[in-house]
Parts: sequence; C-alpha cells; structure tokens
Amino acid sequence: MAISRDEIEKVALLARIKTSDEEARSLESNVSNILDLVDQLQSADTDQVEPLAHPLDAVGQLRDDTVTETNQRAAFQRIAPATEDGLYLVPQVIE
Amino acid sequence: MHDKSIAELARDLDAGHCSSVELTQQFLDRIEQQDRHLNSFITVTPEAALADAKAADERRANGSATPLTGIPFAHKDIFCTNGVATTCGSKMLANFVPPYDATVTSRLRDTGAVCLGKTNMDEFAMGSSTESSYFGATLNPWGDQRVPGGSSGGSSAAVAARLIPGATATDTGGSIRQPAALCGVTGLKPTYGRVSRYGMIAFASSLDQAGTMTRTAEDSALMLNTMAGHDPRDATSVSRAVPDYTATLNEPLKGLRVGLPSQYFSDDLNPAMAEQVNAAIREYEKLGAEVREVSLPNADLAIAAYYVIAPAEASANLSRFDGVRYGYRCENPSDLMDLYTRTRAEGFGSEVKRRILVGTYALSAGYYDAYYLKAQKVRRLIQQDFVNAFSEVDLLMSPATPSPAFRIGEKTDDPVQMYLEDTFTIAINLAGLPAMSIPAGQIDGMPVGLQLIGNYFEEGRLLNAAHQFQQVTDWHRQTPA
Amino acid sequence: MQWDVVIGLEIHVQLATQTKLFSGTSTAYGAEPNTQASAVDLAMPGTLPVPNREAFRYATLFGLAVNAEINQRSVFERKNYFYPDLPKGYQTTQLAEPIVGPGRVDIAVGDGEEKMVRIHHAHLEEDAGKSLHEDFHGMTGIDLNRAGTPLIEIVTEPDLNSAEEAVAFARKLHGLVTSLGICDGDLSQGSMRFDVNVSVKPHGSDTLGTRTETKNLNSFRFMEQAIHHEVERQIDILEDGGEIVQETRLYNGDRDESRSMRTKEEANDYRYFPCPDLLPVEIDEAFIEETRRMMPELPDERRARFQKTYGLSDYDADLLSASADTAGYFEKAHSTGGDAKLVANWILGELSGRLNSEDRTIGDCPVAPEKLGDMVARLTDDTLSSKGAKTVFDRLWDDDSQSVDAIIDAEGLRQVSDTGELEALVDSVLADMPEQIEQYREADPKKRKKLMGGFMGPLMKASKGQGNPKVLNEILKKKLDES
Repeated sequence: MAISRDEIEKVALLARIKTSDEEARSLESNVSNILDLVDQLQSADTDQVEPLAHPLDAVGQLRDDTVTETNQRAAFQRIAPATEDGLYLVPQVIE
Repeated sequence: MHDKSIAELARDLDAGHCSSVELTQQFLDRIEQQDRHLNSFITVTPEAALADAKAADERRANGSATPLTGIPFAHKDIFCTNGVATTCGSKMLANFVPPYDATVTSRLRDTGAVCLGKTNMDEFAMGSSTESSYFGATLNPWGDQRVPGGSSGGSSAAVAARLIPGATATDTGGSIRQPAALCGVTGLKPTYGRVSRYGMIAFASSLDQAGTMTRTAEDSALMLNTMAGHDPRDATSVSRAVPDYTATLNEPLKGLRVGLPSQYFSDDLNPAMAEQVNAAIREYEKLGAEVREVSLPNADLAIAAYYVIAPAEASANLSRFDGVRYGYRCENPSDLMDLYTRTRAEGFGSEVKRRILVGTYALSAGYYDAYYLKAQKVRRLIQQDFVNAFSEVDLLMSPATPSPAFRIGEKTDDPVQMYLEDTFTIAINLAGLPAMSIPAGQIDGMPVGLQLIGNYFEEGRLLNAAHQFQQVTDWHRQTPA
Repeated sequence: MQWDVVIGLEIHVQLATQTKLFSGTSTAYGAEPNTQASAVDLAMPGTLPVPNREAFRYATLFGLAVNAEINQRSVFERKNYFYPDLPKGYQTTQLAEPIVGPGRVDIAVGDGEEKMVRIHHAHLEEDAGKSLHEDFHGMTGIDLNRAGTPLIEIVTEPDLNSAEEAVAFARKLHGLVTSLGICDGDLSQGSMRFDVNVSVKPHGSDTLGTRTETKNLNSFRFMEQAIHHEVERQIDILEDGGEIVQETRLYNGDRDESRSMRTKEEANDYRYFPCPDLLPVEIDEAFIEETRRMMPELPDERRARFQKTYGLSDYDADLLSASADTAGYFEKAHSTGGDAKLVANWILGELSGRLNSEDRTIGDCPVAPEKLGDMVARLTDDTLSSKGAKTVFDRLWDDDSQSVDAIIDAEGLRQVSDTGELEALVDSVLADMPEQIEQYREADPKKRKKLMGGFMGPLMKASKGQGNPKVLNEILKKKLDES
C-alpha cells in the first residue's frame, strides 16, 4: 500500500520528527515499500485467532509497596541538557 | 593467547599461566592495533579494565574466583554501564553516560569479568549490517568491504578478529545470529525472558533478548550461567530456575530428533548455502541425530508481522528521547514543538526515523486493526507452528542467513532488501524461542552459519548440540587472515 | 425553553500507596523538585516498570465498595503523546481491560430521596509530573516527583442532572475513598481531580446534546461553579441558534470564566496498544477475598450505626459519618465526652465553624478529640457553664497540651454547686434586698417570674460568676416562696 505525502507529514508530526522536503520524498517511497512488504499479512486467515502480544502468554509479577529508591537528583541532572533549581527546563509551555 | 576460548583462558588463569592484567593488556593492545581499521568498538576503557583486572587477580588469589573472573569481554553499546558512555550507536545518546548499570552489566561485573569497552551496533539495534551506526560502519574481519552483519556487528567482528574472547549482544529479529553467522562466531539468543532486559535500551520490548557472542558453545554456556535468571526490575523476566548450562554440554546426541522446516529449505535457497548447511546436517546425522522434515506453514509471514510489531513498539519506546532529561538536544529551540521535532530529526538517523514512522502509522487511528492487531494474530499463528513442530522434534535447523556477508553499501538504499537478511531468524523472536548460530562452513572464504532453534527454555539442549558439533568440526576455530 | 442537564464525571483519585505505580520511589508529598524521581520515573533508557501490588489492592477495595465487578485480568496499555511532564512520551494506563468493571453509587438527592449513579468502570494509571510556569527566563520548569504516582480514574455514566447532584456524588466518593484509606482526600494538593462532561437537551428529549469536557477541577466549589457556568454557556449558545462544539475546556474558578483548550496542530491520536513491558496482571479469587476481609466500615453503614448506637438524628449522623476523619473524631470525642448529642453539637457547631473560618480540615484540627470530649464531660457534670465551655474551647484551640481541668482551674471556671455554700450566699444577698423581696411577694406568679431576674444578677456577681445558675435559681425560688 502506498502512503501519501500528506500521511507521511501527519505521521511525522505525531512522532515529533521534523522532515525536510527531500526527506519526506524519500520516506514516501521507502515507507510505501515497507507497507507493501507488510501487506502480505492481509493474506492470512486470522478469523478465529486471538492476538498474541507477548511470546510466552505469561502473566505479570507484582512488586511489594516498599520504598527502594533513593534521591539521585544530582547524578541524573548532571547529564541533563538544561536544569535550574532542580527543575528540568523546556521552552515555555502554553496551555 | 588471544586465540583461546574463554574456557581455555579460565584454565590458564586458574593454573597461573597468566594473570588477568596480562590478558587484559594483551587484548587492549590488539584493539589498539586493529580496531582503528575494523571500528568494532565505540568506547574502549583501558584504565577501568586494568583496574578491574587487578581486582580479579586478587580475587583469584584469595580463592573466590568464578570461571569468568578476570576474563576480558565487551558489552554491546546497548547495555547501560554506570559511568561509561552508552550510545546505542546513535547521535541521540552520543553524550549519554548513565549513572546506573544494566542487570546484565552488573551480573558480569559481580563475577569479576573485566569489561574492556562497548561495541559498535546499528543505531538503536535497527539494522542488519552495523552501517547505521552514528559512529561509522564496522568491517567484517573476514573480508574487506564486507559488513559484519547487525545489529550486534561490533560484538561479532571483535570476537571474530580475536580482539575479545566474548561479548554481550542483543537479538530482536536476528541481531545476534545473523552477525554471528557472517563473522564465523557462535551466537546465542536465549528464550524471551530468560535474561533480564533492565538497562538494555529497548528497541521492541516483546522481542528483545540479551545473549552472547563467543568463539565456542562452551563459552556461551559459561556466559549464560551468569547472565540468566529472574530480575525483580524486569516484570517480563522469567522466574524459573537456571540450570548449569555447562553440565549438559557433553550429552550424546544419539536419537536427537532434528526437524528441517521445509519453508527454510525452499528452491529459492542459494545453492552454495544449501550445500554448506546440508553438509553440517550430515555431521549431525553422523553424531546420531535423526533428521526429518517439518513444516512451519506461516513462516513466510514472519517478516511482514515483524515489520509491524517491532516498529510499533519502537515508535513508543523511542518517544522518551525528547531532549528534556538526557541525550541530544537541538540548539536554541524556539518553542516546545521545535525542541521535540528538531531534536528528534537531528538526533535519529534515517533508518530509525523510518521505523518510528512505520510504527506510528501502524498504530494510528484507522490502521490499528489492519496492521497492528492483524500482525499480533499472525504472530500467534507463527508461534503455534513452532509449538506443533516441537511436538515432533527436539531441535530445528536451518541456514542462519540467506547468503554470506554482503558488501558495505550494497543494501543501504533499499530497506526492504536489508530486512530480508532476517528471513530465517525473525520468526524465532516472534515466538520467543531460543536459537543459536554456529560456524558451519564457508563460501568463497566467507563464513556461513547454521541456525539451531530450541524449544522454550531448552538452551541446555541447544548448547549441547552446538558443543558436540564443535567437537567434530573446526569451523569455529578458523580465524580471518 | 426548558432544558435538561446531563452530566458525567471522570474522577482521578491519587492512591495513598507508599511508592509509585511502577517504581519503588516514595510518593510522599512536598519533597524538593525531582528528588523523588528515580531512573524509572525519569524514563532513563533501558529502565522498566514493575507494578505495585498495593495499587491493585486499593483499586480492588474501591471496586468492592461500589459493588463493581473486579476484572481478574487487567492489561496496561500505552497512551502515546508528547508533553514535558510525561517522561516516557506515553502514559501507562488501562483501556480495554480495566481492573474495575461496572458498579454503582447511591447518593442522597432532595429530601431523603436516593439516586443511583452508575460507574462505567475504574482503571489504574500513572500520574504525570508538574509543569511550573514561573519565569525561568521564558522557560518552563518540570518537576517529575509526581510522575508515576498511582491513580484510579473513575468514570461514571451520564446519570447526573445538576451541579448539586454532581457535587453530592463527588462528596460521596470523597467520603468513600477516604474511609477506605486508599486516598488522603486532600483536594488542595490535587489528591482528587474532577473532569466534568456536560451537555444539555430540550426538556424531555431522548437525544443527548453535544457535550464538552471541563478538565482538572480540584474543589467541590469549582466543580459546582464550572458546571453552572458551562450549562449557562451552552443554553445561551443554543438559544441564540448556535451549536455546541465538542471540545475540552479549562475553567478559571477565580474569574468564573472558561475557554477552549488550544486546539493542537493535529487531532489527538493516542495510538493505544498493550504495553509490551508489562504482562497482563491476573489477580486471583483469594486476593479478592483477602481484600474483601480488609474492607473497613463505609459511610452508609457508619451512618446507620451512628443513628442506632448513639441515637443521633438523621442530619447529625449524615454529617458525622460522611468522612472517615470526621467520624473518627466524633467517636474519639465521644469516648471521653459521653453525651453523643452534645459531642455532635460541638463538632458540627463551634468546631466546624472555627475550622471553616480558618480554612482547616478536621484532619489538622488543633483540638484533640479526647480533649473536646473531656470538655463536654465537664459540661455534663455541671462543672462548666456553657459560657465557661466556650472559654475552655478557645484555650484548647490555642494549646491543647493542657488538661481541661487545668484550664478550668487556671481560668476560675469551676461552677459552685454545693447547696450549703450557695444557700449562705443567697441568704446574705437577700438580706440586703428587703424592698425587692417585698415587691416579689406582692406580685402575681407571672410577674414573679420576671422579678426573679433582678435577684440572679446580684447573686451571680456575689458568686464571682462561679455559682451554678441552675442550683442558685432553685435555692432562690425556694427562699422567696417559703416565707
């Protein structure tokens, strides 16, 4: 299935990836080829088949409600792009 | 010395023939001499390695050593290492030094194994050639201008070139087995959940599994003994007991039921490849295995299902790379949207972006059922094929790759051609089964791998079959010129 | 035209677990920014979520309390969107398979009538961090301490038909979750947050109107105001021939204004899918039974018990049983105070008034309930006059570390009830008032009653205010009438 330029741009925005015209063009053809490949799926008869989200079909383990983590703000913020007064900084968020 | 296996080096260390410091220095020297050319490492940590080696020698002297104490090895740069850069082959994380360890990292550290550095990989483990690394392609030591496979191509090339006796690696669709095959080394992908994923940077969470890249099956068993086991930090890790994988290496193979999936031996198979693989299977028959054909009717749908499920999971897993808390951030973002879209446009390479977009598309309104849900249903059909096959046989065998290593640049312009590299490996991840690739021949001087596929949690049987093959063949002992 | 109002609520309830939903990080309120944000909460690469059993326990408790189906299997999904307070770029929540299925809550409406409000479902999810918009050179600061705190989101059917009903429901729910002990109920710190879905339709019509969602209301008052505001806004638009746009709105309670939230550049497409890092969670019958045994007394049961055991009126029982804090306060005060009616009067009168005027809750009341009870006991045994009790109460409010008896002594509030002592006092006062006595004796019974007051003033003065007025009155009457 071919994907349109519009759809590429919509999906790129959803994924928060800026694309140049040239990139969008190449993505349009590459992604269309990939979708052609995955379109083979449509040939499978899956009417009575339950989806499998996880290979072992297992169930999850739960944790006790006890505090195991300590404050490591200094270590985490040393590797952060921008912080001030212990806060991470981003361009102003307008609600 | 550098040509020895981990098991042999451990015996030398035990006997006092050499110290871990000497061993570590020797491998550091080899990396220094050869890796400028191969580019199998992203980061080398000589000071830390020598300090760890010294500590390992002391531990051996006071009698508290394990088989891996003092053995040099390397981590794929997808495993977080406390205080050591962990890049995942991406510009996004080029400056990322985690203040924590992956569970695999800390387990190996605790046994006294000596980490020499971090190996190269396809960006975020997305690729089959290690060419998508931000830090440049790795070369296959067997032939100039050949790819080492991927995504764990740094680990496979370093082990093949004897720059390191063993390395960790990860496998989401073939990322251990395909590079192992292309570099002529032994690669093991355990059952999903057998080894903790904590601290291993996620590509596709329901497919990712950590494993080993070594010279021999025996070495894989030694490493897996340390790496496997339940981890309270990974809710998908399995809490079943870990056997001693070295204990069953020497079981005889007489009566072993081996299945050959007809779909993996079709007329399309490269004749030279078929010849090599068939020769390897004849060795197994000589060892007493009973070989029969089996069918995996939905095998041809595996690539299609995979290229929906893996990108879908990846599209969400990679959302955390947003330039806010760590990693790359674009210069002077004008607003929040600009921060996100430019950080991610500049920080990710083209294959990663492609997969994020495919995954986003497959999950988006109107396409979810046709792509994502459909792929999950096909995933169950594929898993069921394996369950049926394993009701008849103990192991499955197939080629690990369609062909030997291809040339650098040969498939970079055509993602779909690159994806077809994983034809024989990808279904195994969808089913979550354990599998290996072992050296089993050569075509025009380039190595060929035989894939062994086991039933759930039967790593012991896989390693046994691989080890027995390595007792009667010497493909795994061959070294590149 | 007459309009019908249709309201559905989505209520986020912060669970009072020690740690976050997916990490062992403390959830204690008020820590320095980002000091309670671990590698998992910060979405550091490679980190993984492990669910908190207690969060499942609390959600199950809630489900049982609203007579809901508990789904033994629940599945976490990822809700994908980018926002700086959402570190992973997705919120882990439940969608198709939530832990709590359909249930019901009965609320009191009008005079003594009950109304059933259906719960559509309740699901577990993680909270986001906080954005601080104070000026950081034109930047926004992000604090992720709250990121990952467990919430249950409770979704009702559109069964509410007025702001008053919505508030009654919200208060009922508040009483429920605090009685269950699964939420601290502190609205000022965002422990409960309300989203209201409002639509209007012509009276009697079967077709629902287009609804709007007003998000993130954090007090009962704002919720009530926001609904009134939105109902009026919608009716104004419709009566002017306009159409309601389905949208999310923000309400500013201080200005009683609302506005549409900035429409994003693309429509929301959250791309939900099952979280591959988290397997489905299965809780077994034993877990549910164990939880059932942990169920504390709920407000409705408590109200019935208060009426039966303490003989309280409907009104008093209702108010005192609504929240666990108030009920607990009442029962502790009663344990030392004895007279239930008098204890109730003090709590609902003087104490509530004082708490309200100082904007405090009963949880941080400066007077310990046992001390209030001690004071009531001294009223009952006539040690204190009601005026004296107010003085004691004021002293306790300032400092409740001293005993009630110590305050009574220090303030000289002890009433004299000894008849011998008071008789002597009456005799001495009457000795100075022969004319008034004469006047009294000549008066008819009706006038006499009135003239009694003329004696009580000097008597109270002579006793320096400490004479028990009841006893004094009796002695006085006897003396005046006998001769």
